Amino acid sequence: MQWTINGQRYVAEVDVRTSLLDLAREHLGLTGSKKGCDHGQCGACTMLVNGRRVNSCLTLAVMHDGDEIMTIEGLGQVGNLHAMQSAFVKHDGYQCGYCTPGQICSAVGMLDEAKKGWASHASASLTDAELNDAEISERMSGNICRCAAYPNIVDAIREVAGLGDREPVLVAAGEVGA
Amino acid sequence: MFDFGDGKTNSLTMDKPHPVSLLDTGVQGVISHPLDRVDGPLKVSGSATYSAEYQIDGLAHGVLVGAKIGHGKIVSVDADAVKSLPGVIDVVTDFDTFIKVPQQGGETGAPTQGVKEIDYFGQIVAIVLAESFEAAREAAQLLPITYEKSEGTYDFAAHRDEADKPSDAMIPAHYTQGDVDQAMTDADVTVDLTYITPSQNSAAMEPHASIAVWEDDALTLYSSHQMPTSGAQQLAKSLGISAKKVRIIARYIGGGFGSKLGIAPESVAAAIAAKQLGRPVKAVMARTQVFDATVRRSNTEQRVRLAAGRDGKLTAIGHDSLTSNLASEEYFEPVGIGTHFLYAGENRSITHDMVRLNLLLSGSMRAPGEAVGMVGLECAMDELAEKLGMDPIALRKVNDTQTDPEKQVPHSSRQLSRALDDGARLFGWDKRHAKPAIQREGEWLIGMGVASATRANMLQQSSAKVEIHPDGSATVSSAMTDIGTGSYTILAQIASEILGIPVETITMSLGDTNDPPAAGSGGSWGAGSAGSAVYLACEMLRSNLAKAMDVPEDSLTLKDGMAIGDNRSRAIGDLVGKGMEATGEIKPGKQEKETTQASYGAHFAEVGVNVVTGEVRVRRMLGIFAAGRVLNAKTARSQCLGGMTFGIGTALTEDLIHDTRDGKLVNRDLAEYHVPVNADVPQLEVHFIDERDIHANPIHAKGIGELGIAGAAAAVVNAIYNACGVRVRDMPITCDKLLDGLPPL
Repeated sequence: MQWTINGQRYVAEVDVRTSLLDLAREHLGLTGSKKGCDHGQCGACTMLVNGRRVNSCLTLAVMHDGDEIMTIEGLGQVGNLHAMQSAFVKHDGYQCGYCTPGQICSAVGMLDEAKKGWASHASASLTDAELNDAEISERMSGNICRCAAYPNIVDAIREVAGLGDREPVLVAAGEVGA
Repeated sequence: MFDFGDGKTNSLTMDKPHPVSLLDTGVQGVISHPLDRVDGPLKVSGSATYSAEYQIDGLAHGVLVGAKIGHGKIVSVDADAVKSLPGVIDVVTDFDTFIKVPQQGGETGAPTQGVKEIDYFGQIVAIVLAESFEAAREAAQLLPITYEKSEGTYDFAAHRDEADKPSDAMIPAHYTQGDVDQAMTDADVTVDLTYITPSQNSAAMEPHASIAVWEDDALTLYSSHQMPTSGAQQLAKSLGISAKKVRIIARYIGGGFGSKLGIAPESVAAAIAAKQLGRPVKAVMARTQVFDATVRRSNTEQRVRLAAGRDGKLTAIGHDSLTSNLASEEYFEPVGIGTHFLYAGENRSITHDMVRLNLLLSGSMRAPGEAVGMVGLECAMDELAEKLGMDPIALRKVNDTQTDPEKQVPHSSRQLSRALDDGARLFGWDKRHAKPAIQREGEWLIGMGVASATRANMLQQSSAKVEIHPDGSATVSSAMTDIGTGSYTILAQIASEILGIPVETITMSLGDTNDPPAAGSGGSWGAGSAGSAVYLACEMLRSNLAKAMDVPEDSLTLKDGMAIGDNRSRAIGDLVGKGMEATGEIKPGKQEKETTQASYGAHFAEVGVNVVTGEVRVRRMLGIFAAGRVLNAKTARSQCLGGMTFGIGTALTEDLIHDTRDGKLVNRDLAEYHVPVNADVPQLEVHFIDERDIHANPIHAKGIGELGIAGAAAAVVNAIYNACGVRVRDMPITCDKLLDGLPPL
C-alpha cells in the first residue's frame, strides 16, 4: 500500500482493520489528527483526502491506496502557519486544542465546498449557497468543540473567507400580537 | 507535598486582605490584555502533544474491558480463549488493585478499589494487551467473562424514597436556619416547585488516556489529568508505592470539565499491565467507556420553596435536593451551594439527600452544584416574579445583599445588581414583554429570559518556580495544568508584568509533577491559585533584582528586559549572575472564613420556539460577569463562551439516559448524547465588569471558568417560558415537552 501524505510518499503493509486515522497516529507518528470518538461523531480526526474532508476514523487505510492526503501537519507548521491556522490563533478558535486540527482541516475543506457552490441544510436553495454565519455554523456542525469556541471558530473562518467582521447583533424587533 | 525551606520560597497565607498588587504597578502592559495564547501555534499545527501521543519504544497497546452486567460478580475470565489470537500479548486482571471508580478531585488516597464485585454496568475489569490497537480491540471484544448477576438498584424514581443523608462535604448536607415551613404559611406570595435535571457527561473531546512507563520501581504516567499533583498521590496509593515514585506528565489536556480531576480506571490498569509485561503500556478509553466508566454529573430532583412579601423581599428559601451515587461513595452534587449566599432571606433550608444506585460514579462536572442547582433556584425566581407581578430583574435586585445571609460576614466583592442592570441595558431587556407568548415572527414565538450568575470562589495551596536566566529570559514551572483555560498564557502574563520580561521570552513548563506542586485545574481555582504562586515567586525575584541593582524596591522599574532605578538602567539578565530563581507558594487562610467569596454576573437569553414543531433556537445570549481582575480578556471571554454553551446544552439537549433494568447507559456516545454543536450556538456576547478582589489573593482575580455556566441554563429556560408560555421543569426542554402546551399557529 502507498499513500501520499502531506506531499510525502509512504509505503507500508497495514492491518486491514487499521483506520486511516490510526495509520497516521499509530504507524506514521502523525499525531496531529485526533481521536475523539473513533465513530465519526465528533470530527476531531478530519483530514483532507484528495481535497475533500473526511472523518479519517471512519475509513480504512487500505481503502486509500494511492490517495493524496493532507493532515494538519501538512497544512502549516509553527512559524509557517496556514491562514486558517493563524486565524484560529487570532480569534481564539479553540481552548483545549484537541478538536482544533479537525476543525481547521474541516474549515479548509468546507470553504472549498462553498466555493464550488455546494448547498447545505442552511442554504436558501440548492443553487443559492452564499456563505454567511448560518452557513458556516451548519457546515461546521460535524466538528464538535466541547470547550465551545464556536463563535470564535465562525469568526476565524469569516476572516479567511474574506467576509469581514461579524454581522452586528440586533435586538429582536418582531411584530407584537395580542 | 509542599516541603520547601530552601530560603528561596516566598509563601503567603491569605489571612489578611492583600490590597496592593504588583499587577497594578507593573509597567510591562500585558496583564489583562487579550494576548493570543502562547501555546496557540502548537495547538493549531497539531504539534501539541496529548497524553496518548508520546512516541515511546516498545509500547504495548492496551484495550480496557468493561463489565456487561449492572450488579453481581465475576466468576471467571477466560484469558486463554483470546491469548492465541494474532498479536495478543496477554490479558491482565488484578481484581484487588484495579480501581472500581475514578477518584474525586483533590483526594490524596486511592479511590474505591476491587473489581471482582460489579457495581455498575461498564465497570472496568480487565485490560487486553497486544502489539497493535486492532488486535487488542478484537481480543477485548471477544474475551469471555462469566458473571453471576445479582439484584441491583437502577431506577431513581423507584428508589427516591430510600434516600439517605450523605456526609457533609464542602457544604453541609443539611442546613437550616429559622423556620421555612412557618414562613411559607405566613408569606404573601409563595412558590413550591420541583425541578428535574438528568445525569450529564463532561464529554471532553480527548478521551481519558494513559501511557505507563516503569523504570525500576519508578512510574512515569503520561496521562490526561486536571490535577497531576494529587493524581500522583492517588495513583501511588492505588498501587501501594510511594508518591515520590510516581511522576505524572500532562502537558496538554484535551478538556476536562471535572471528568479528569482524579485518576480514572485506565491509569491503574496501564500501570499494572506495564509492570507485569515489563514494557510500556498505552491505554486509551474508547468514547463509550468514557461515558460508561468515568464520571457523570448526578441527576437531580430539586424542590424549591420561596416565600416573599408583596415587595418581593424573600422571607424564606428552601432548596431540597435528591441526587444519586453508588452505595460506596459519599460525593453528592452540591446543588444548593449557590443558594447558601445568593439571596437574602431569614428562613432557610438547604438540604442534600442521596439515592443509592448501581450507576457509574457521580462526581464533579463543570460548576458542580451551581450548574444544575441554579436551574432550580433561578427558574423558581422567575416563577415567583411572575406571581408577584414584578420584573425578574427587580426581584433579584431587591434580594441582593452585601452580607452573607447565613454566615453574616461580608461578601468580598459582589456586583450582582450592577451586572443585572448593565446586562439589561446591553441586551435590550426593555423590549421584553412581561406577558408570555405575545411576540411572534411567523411560526416562531420569541421570548427573553434572565438569570443571575454566581460561582463560589476557591483558593487552593499551590506553588510555582520562576527562574531568570543570564540572557534575560525566564522560565515558569509548576505542576499546574492548562486544560484549555489559558493557564500557559495568563501565568506568562503575570510573570511578564511583574518582572518586565517580554512574554515571548518566557518559557512555560506546566503539567509535570517533577515541578513544584500545585492544585491544578478544577473548581475555577487554577488562575487564582497558580497565578498567585507565580506572583509570589516574581515578587521575591523583584526584591532580589532591587538588591542586585542597589535601589529601593519601590523605585525599581522593570520593563522590556531592563531594570531601571536611581537614574541607572541595566539589562535584567546582567543582574542575575548564573541565574536567579524563586518559588512562590500560596495557601488559603482566614480570609476564606472572614468573607464569602464568589464571582457574580447575569445571563440574558433570547429564544425562538417554533409553534408547529416545538423546536427551540437560542437566538442571542449575553453574559456579563464580575470575577475580580481579568487576566487575559481573550481567554477569559472564551471560558465564558464555553460555560454559556454548557448552559444551552443543559437547557436543551444533554440527557444521559440510564436503562432502568440494568443501569446500562442508553446513549453512550457523541451521536446520542447531544452536546451543543456549532449550529446550536448563536453569537454569544460576553462583557466583564472591572473589579479587584483584595480578599481573594494577591492577583485580585476570582474564578471564571465555571461562572459562565452557572445560571446560563436558567436564562434559556426562562426565555422559553416567556416566548411560548409553557413552563417546563424537567430538563432538557425537548420538543415533546413543549408541544402540547403551545398556542395555535
